[in-house]
Amino acid sequence: MTNIFNYIDRKSPVHAMTGASKLVCLLLWSFGAMSSFDPRFLFALFAVALILFKISKIRVADIRFMLWFTLAFCVLNNLLIFLFSPQHGTEIYGTFHEVFRLGGRYVVTQEQLLYHLNVFLKYLATIPIVLLFVTTTDPSEFASSLNRIGVNYKIAYSVSLALRYIPDIQREYHDITLSLQARGVEMSKKASLRSRLKTASGTLVPLILSSMDRIEVISNAMELRSFGKNKKRTWYRYRKFTAWDFGAMLLGLAVLLLSIFLTTFVNHSRYYNPFV
Amino acid sequence: MKNTPVKSIVAIAIGAALFFVLGRFVAIPSPVPNTNISVQYGLLALLGAAFGPFVALLAGFIGYALIDFSYGWGIWWSWVIASAVCGFVMGISKNSVKLATEKFDRKRIVTFNVYQIIAHLLAWVVVAPILDIVMYAEPWNKVFLQGFVAALANIVTTAIVGTILCAAYSAAKPKKDSLEKK
Amino acid sequence: MEPIISFKNFGFKYTVQKEPTLYGIDLDIYPGQKVLIAGPSGCGKSTLVSCLNGLAPFSYDGEYTGSLTIKGVEARDSSIFARSKVIGTVLQDSDAQFVGLTVAEDIAFALENDAVAVDEMKKRVQDVADLVDVGGHLAHAPHELSGGQKQRVSLAGVLVDDVDVLLFDEPLANLDPATGESAIELIDRIWKDENKTVIIIEHRLEDVLHRGVDRVILMDDGRILADMTPEQLLCSDLLRKTGIREPLYITALKYAGLAVTPDMHPAHIETLTLSEAQKAQVRDWFDRVESPQKPGRGDALLDVQNVSFAYNNGHQALRDISFSIRKGELTAIAGRNGAGKSTMCKLVCGFEKQQQGTILLKGEDSAEMSIKERGEHVGYVMQNPNQMISKVFIKDEVGLGLSLRGKPQEEIDAAVDDALKICSLSPFVDWPVSALSYGQKKRVTIASILSLHPDVIMLDEPTAGQDFRRYTEIMEFLEDLNRSGVTVLLITHDMHLMLEYCDRALVFSDGKLLADDAPAAVLSDPDLIRAASLKKTSLYDLAGLCGIADPKEFTARFIDCDRKARRGV
Repeated sequence: MTNIFNYIDRKSPVHAMTGASKLVCLLLWSFGAMSSFDPRFLFALFAVALILFKISKIRVADIRFMLWFTLAFCVLNNLLIFLFSPQHGTEIYGTFHEVFRLGGRYVVTQEQLLYHLNVFLKYLATIPIVLLFVTTTDPSEFASSLNRIGVNYKIAYSVSLALRYIPDIQREYHDITLSLQARGVEMSKKASLRSRLKTASGTLVPLILSSMDRIEVISNAMELRSFGKNKKRTWYRYRKFTAWDFGAMLLGLAVLLLSIFLTTFVNHSRYYNPFV
Repeated sequence: MKNTPVKSIVAIAIGAALFFVLGRFVAIPSPVPNTNISVQYGLLALLGAAFGPFVALLAGFIGYALIDFSYGWGIWWSWVIASAVCGFVMGISKNSVKLATEKFDRKRIVTFNVYQIIAHLLAWVVVAPILDIVMYAEPWNKVFLQGFVAALANIVTTAIVGTILCAAYSAAKPKKDSLEKK
Repeated sequence: MEPIISFKNFGFKYTVQKEPTLYGIDLDIYPGQKVLIAGPSGCGKSTLVSCLNGLAPFSYDGEYTGSLTIKGVEARDSSIFARSKVIGTVLQDSDAQFVGLTVAEDIAFALENDAVAVDEMKKRVQDVADLVDVGGHLAHAPHELSGGQKQRVSLAGVLVDDVDVLLFDEPLANLDPATGESAIELIDRIWKDENKTVIIIEHRLEDVLHRGVDRVILMDDGRILADMTPEQLLCSDLLRKTGIREPLYITALKYAGLAVTPDMHPAHIETLTLSEAQKAQVRDWFDRVESPQKPGRGDALLDVQNVSFAYNNGHQALRDISFSIRKGELTAIAGRNGAGKSTMCKLVCGFEKQQQGTILLKGEDSAEMSIKERGEHVGYVMQNPNQMISKVFIKDEVGLGLSLRGKPQEEIDAAVDDALKICSLSPFVDWPVSALSYGQKKRVTIASILSLHPDVIMLDEPTAGQDFRRYTEIMEFLEDLNRSGVTVLLITHDMHLMLEYCDRALVFSDGKLLADDAPAAVLSDPDLIRAASLKKTSLYDLAGLCGIADPKEFTARFIDCDRKARRGV
């Protein structure tokens, strides 16, 4: 309950980097990976990400739970794509190479398989980086990182506040549900959707109303300690950039530039097309 | 109590925290197996009606991004942005619903729901699919159907949960009511 | 010397209210003074606090009349930020004041907002944290701290700004007795060592007076009723008139027929001096009053036998607990935070399952019962009524449990009527819950539990954070309820509450049941007091002072006599 973002406190060069540089790297990297459909490039990103994982001393066992979620999500998404658009590959690549027929409009083509490979590799290329960011960045540093990359400090602080009060709200919700259960409120599978939603709202009403009161008290407490007085603020958890930080940001930049380079000069489109 | 700028910031934070907790831990089984109903949009609608578009936009954005972060499956920018758009449109209802000062009567319930329906349609049937196509090159029929199903489920959820929450919130704010002891 | 705070014919009116909340306030507070502001609920003391720190009118709309100057500056002309550099406020709700993700970040909050450079900030944070003894917890998150530690962090968070005035809003409200005592000692130390002006708002007079104050300002009805030294105040009858609790030893002296005079030095039990004749008078009174009768014991409704429980993380929360609750009792479960009292209740309600032992509800093993079934035996009332109420209308809220159990409408209506009658809420049957006061809402939550006719009702900290008037209102209601035959179990860290209202106290410490005895006996046992973070009552010392050999019996007789006096028997 206390560590919803799965921050794992270890000593490694990746941990020692500031949250800001990791965030910059994450954003550039994910835009780079998102815009390209070149499997060679995506696979290379995956390989680099694995090396970074090694450096950060995060083990697969630490993130097994998150990996399962992601895998399930990835498989589901691929299935849906095939179900809805078995010839999406052909639309993209403009050719038709049949592999085998499943019946009806479901003909498996090389083009479709390549597209699915791309989608799958996209997961592989980005997920490790996101997991790496989540597991090596102290939530305390997150808000100041946002501010450092240009987000208004008040909005950045609201992220920090949200992280601060999530455990409290979670505990409160848990207590409210239990006390209502003791009075006989049950989330039964048998009830109709409408009545299930009404029951749920019954448990939400006390939670939401007490949270609304909380807004008032917290904002008073913050105003009494000068929040919002100046155009900028400093952060207790601020750290100076080191060579590693510049390295991380350069890496992110390199990924994005490479992606743009592949698109404009090598593939002449977002897709690597071996069929023509 | 005045609506100071600091109060808006805290409302974004608590709104995002609630959005996260509801989206991540409140499981209401839906008729479709393995899918849960997103009650958090009921909250977002209340937040919009009470605090306006700016607060609901950011709460929807931050809350959705935090959920994505905590699952670790990457950030689906298309849906995060759609969630923010949804909050923004819901927030426009603030001036006509007037939750803090007026009674939440039939007319205002209708207005509130018109806004939430437009918000969900715009977010999930227009913004999310288009971004999915542009960013991830997904097939259009898949993303539009996904968006349509999401919009429909969210509209129903918000119509029930959001309306109940608004009624409770409005009742909790003192109004010029004439109360008589029995 | 110039006063640091000066009210001149000052008044304040909230925009939403017709009448001013404060009027005709004339008050000068000088640098270095330590002032206690007391008064009953609704007397205007919280508004006075808001006017001082600027929340009124910056956050709560309203307008000043007359003049208020702070450090020579007219308050009308200064911003809330400028004021926070002079006056630092420690709010009652330390969870809301704790906005940082860790102790260090929270203490640094004001410095961050002033854009202080990071190196300097770190040094100042460490210094201030050491000053209030939280220097070793800088990396801790709020939920890893006790209530007392959170309050220290709040204090550090305002001290870091080097303010002139420290304003404490009900600092004792959420602390157990021993922690409260050390909070008062800490405030005293900071006041002396750091040369601050200190203003404390509190109604627990005896506990604040544990360390001296220069003046007590007594407020009532939006005005200042008295401005005197604690000794003068204790010798007057103003406390009784305004409904504020006197120190227990003062009340005892008055029962013995003594007039309290300044030459007795009555401000502290340690300084109290009595002549031999006066001591004899107290002894006479002790011999004269009857020993309280032991309440008869009814059938066991709740039987806890050798229960042990550990949380998933391995924390052993309860070890081999056995006790039984009998019909008609009013029992307190006491102990500091983390002692295991809440866990005990969770087990009884079925929110958690014990690994060893049995819990019998009306003689029946509860192991196979669902949460809902247990709810018909044991009703659980949460601390904050706002966390329980899920319906807009009182009638629906009170009838919720029954309608969920599919009872016919007539039966529900009858039960709701009964429950509302018991809770004196019948006139409000058609009202929305939101129109009620806090105390009334509390009664609605109790009514909603009573409508299910449980054998025992269990209340978690029923008076936490309440001022004396609400506290008395809630407790007298529970006392009446108990006399009408309902068995009541209270979870509390409030010593006065168990002493004054309960027949029996179960004292928990570190997961063990240390004692099961009458509250007067518990609070006269030094070992027990230390182990459970309780505090010796001043009656114990008074008995010693007067040469009464059995302080336990003295306490018991006093409590009995006091209860009768309150009920007008």
